[in-house]
Amino acid sequence: MSNITPQEIRREFARSKIGIAGITILLSLIVTSILAVIIIPVETFKEWNDPSSWLEYPKAAIPAWTNIFLAEKIPEHKILNSPKITNIQGDISLTSHQFDLDYNYDDFPNDMIYEFSAQYEGAPLLQMSVIRPDGVKLDLLSASLPYSDSQTTHNERIFSTDRTVQKNAAMNTELFAFSLDGMSAEDVVFSQSNLHIPLNGHYIFVVNLYSVGSENNISESKLIIGGKAFGAMGTDELRRDLAVGLLWGTPLALFIGLVVAIASVVMGLLYGIYAGYRGKKTDEVMMRFNDVVYALPALPFLIILSVTISNSIFLMIGFLMIFGWVGIAKVSRSMALQIKTRGYVEAANMMGQKNSKVILKHILPQLLPYAFASIAISVPAAITTEAGLSFLGLGDPTFPTWGQILHDANEYGAAARGLWWWIVPPGMMIAVTGLAFVFIGNALDAIVNPKLKR
Amino acid sequence: MLGRLGDLVNYTSYLNRDSMRSLVALKRYVATRMVTMFGVLMVTLLLTIALVGSNMDTILKQGVTFQVRSEITDNPAIAESFSSVEEFEEYVQGQIEQRIITFGLDEPWHSPQRLGLSMFKILTLDFGHATFLTSDLGSSDVKDIILEKLPRTILLFTTATIIISIIGIFLGALSGSRVGSVVDRITSSFAIISSSFPVWWIGMLMIFLFAFVYQIFPARATPAIPPSDPAYIGALLYHMALPLITIVMIGFGAWAYLVRNFMVGIMQEDFILAKKTIGIRQRKIIYKHALKNAAPPIITILALSLSGSLGGAIITEAVFDWPGMGRLYFEAITVMDLPVIIGATYVLTVFFLASIFIADLLYGYFDPRVRTGN
Repeated sequence: MSNITPQEIRREFARSKIGIAGITILLSLIVTSILAVIIIPVETFKEWNDPSSWLEYPKAAIPAWTNIFLAEKIPEHKILNSPKITNIQGDISLTSHQFDLDYNYDDFPNDMIYEFSAQYEGAPLLQMSVIRPDGVKLDLLSASLPYSDSQTTHNERIFSTDRTVQKNAAMNTELFAFSLDGMSAEDVVFSQSNLHIPLNGHYIFVVNLYSVGSENNISESKLIIGGKAFGAMGTDELRRDLAVGLLWGTPLALFIGLVVAIASVVMGLLYGIYAGYRGKKTDEVMMRFNDVVYALPALPFLIILSVTISNSIFLMIGFLMIFGWVGIAKVSRSMALQIKTRGYVEAANMMGQKNSKVILKHILPQLLPYAFASIAISVPAAITTEAGLSFLGLGDPTFPTWGQILHDANEYGAAARGLWWWIVPPGMMIAVTGLAFVFIGNALDAIVNPKLKR
Repeated sequence: MLGRLGDLVNYTSYLNRDSMRSLVALKRYVATRMVTMFGVLMVTLLLTIALVGSNMDTILKQGVTFQVRSEITDNPAIAESFSSVEEFEEYVQGQIEQRIITFGLDEPWHSPQRLGLSMFKILTLDFGHATFLTSDLGSSDVKDIILEKLPRTILLFTTATIIISIIGIFLGALSGSRVGSVVDRITSSFAIISSSFPVWWIGMLMIFLFAFVYQIFPARATPAIPPSDPAYIGALLYHMALPLITIVMIGFGAWAYLVRNFMVGIMQEDFILAKKTIGIRQRKIIYKHALKNAAPPIITILALSLSGSLGGAIITEAVFDWPGMGRLYFEAITVMDLPVIIGATYVLTVFFLASIFIADLLYGYFDPRVRTGN
């Protein structure tokens, strides 16, 4: 508490290295939040807990960039959804979709899935084949789609584990120098012919749909080559793209942290100043109440509240505020006690100014530097507490917060299974966000509290 | 925790200067503190009961039904004495209703009688029987369960707090006396950085590193052998290593930083400067004179964190699967075992309040202004 002007604070802050570091991290987090809101459609994050919306993604896949550091390249999960389309209509109509795939990995893919939606009449023939880098063409499937009298739409997923696909692939014994018994289709398709190791190069997958006497069409055609690596952040056990969760976690964490911190500090500040300024009985009663709240065990109560009342994120913010304002109220009260004995406050009183005016005009401004430092210091506490509650599984399930990702990670034993990409990034995000505010808070504290300087 | 410690120090230092001028004031202070603490305890209990009360009624009634039915199955003679099923069912219903009235369950939980009775029972440490959870030895008495878990939490967290405070005081004194030195800068930045890492996340990383990558420690902290086995204590200590290391690693920075800040303040005082000018050795100044003057807040915080360490363990114990109070609390919440929730909340609150109370008193005691009464 001192008589530093805002200009002085700004100047000193600009000179503080950790203050600048904190502001820089905070700005990049804000940019990330904005990007998250713009890039990722709101629907995606609403579907975070809906397993059916993540079916195309691989299970517990490592981030794709790890391949740069690995000698043995892990096959990347590929979702091919823009095939080359040729459409010939005539006596025999043919719709042909051709998928190009460059495969340069040291392991076989997990599986292959072809997903499509066909519009036809009658019982058209669906053929699937692959032309391998060594020029060999393997037929995978030749089957007719269910018969229909009229124009119909048929949705299907063809898995490489289908018995026909597997059998067709395993029939090519003459091409391979080893036994194909019991091998999955993708192990055959992607294998070199003399040795059972992956064959790298350019693959062409062709899907043909023939029908006689009527037109046909394939839409929403997607070929998924299931790999063990995916995207920038990998996926979790529930096939969710962790990049989405991490990005969306940023605005949520900032929102929770800032709202709780600002509201608690404002509440605590006003409460404390009023108690200190009024003094006597008012002060006594208000401080006793403060003591009661202060002595409530916060975490057990937060847990009981979230279990019995609601775990909605907005109510949770309210619960966190209940426990946030107390410490600030105590300190601001004692500061107010000192300020109110100063000459200009007494003068204002004697001139008959209203209490509210004295508080807002003469006492509050003196405490603002302390208030800003407190807000910055309170943010990480709010974020880690919310993360902790979410980690215990008590968070709001509709929002993918970092704590929730860690909760799922713990639930599925990510640490013991070595799925580091599921544990490290969310925790790092929590820590970095906390650090940004701790840096800013410490820089402010050092300016406001000259005792710590030297 | 650091936030609360910091608040306390700030607050007590202001408070002491204001109001603890004389012994009378001190007595009055102790009395008001005790009344407040008791009030808080009551408020906490009331709030807990209010929050879980309606659930508790349903569960207690189910418990009565279960009790009646099991008594009848245990005693086949009762069932045989009835001729028809309807008659038998009527008898059972009658028994259940009779007991519900005897236990006073026909009134809602918020009726003054019930509320008073439950409060009295809890105050006398009679928490009743757990609905789902049992102790390792199979007892479902909440008191038994808590008495079994509490020592383990004390073992882990009190040990950790003691180690943390020793490292913290030493490092803090060292860096506080050499502000700006390499030691000081490393300690301060470590404190700042470690304070923003959640302990439980570091715990997950430690499990990943030392139980998965390097298989030195077990991933789960609960020993596989039963507690009656003589090797149990050894196994428990081995399982304790990873959580202990984690808690100490994340905790000592904050301590060191606090002690450092006290020391910085004291090292600027005139009497230290005077001693320096006389030529007393630096080491003697730090450890004999400066640290002695920093003792009141340090001892206060030590008292606070020793007993406070028992409560703040819920998440950490959940991560490490440590079979203590924190995990008990978490398990009770997940299955809504109300007697255990109430019992554990009560015990945690009592310890928490006791720690605040002792810390307040110690601060007052160690502050010479209070002792001499001027």
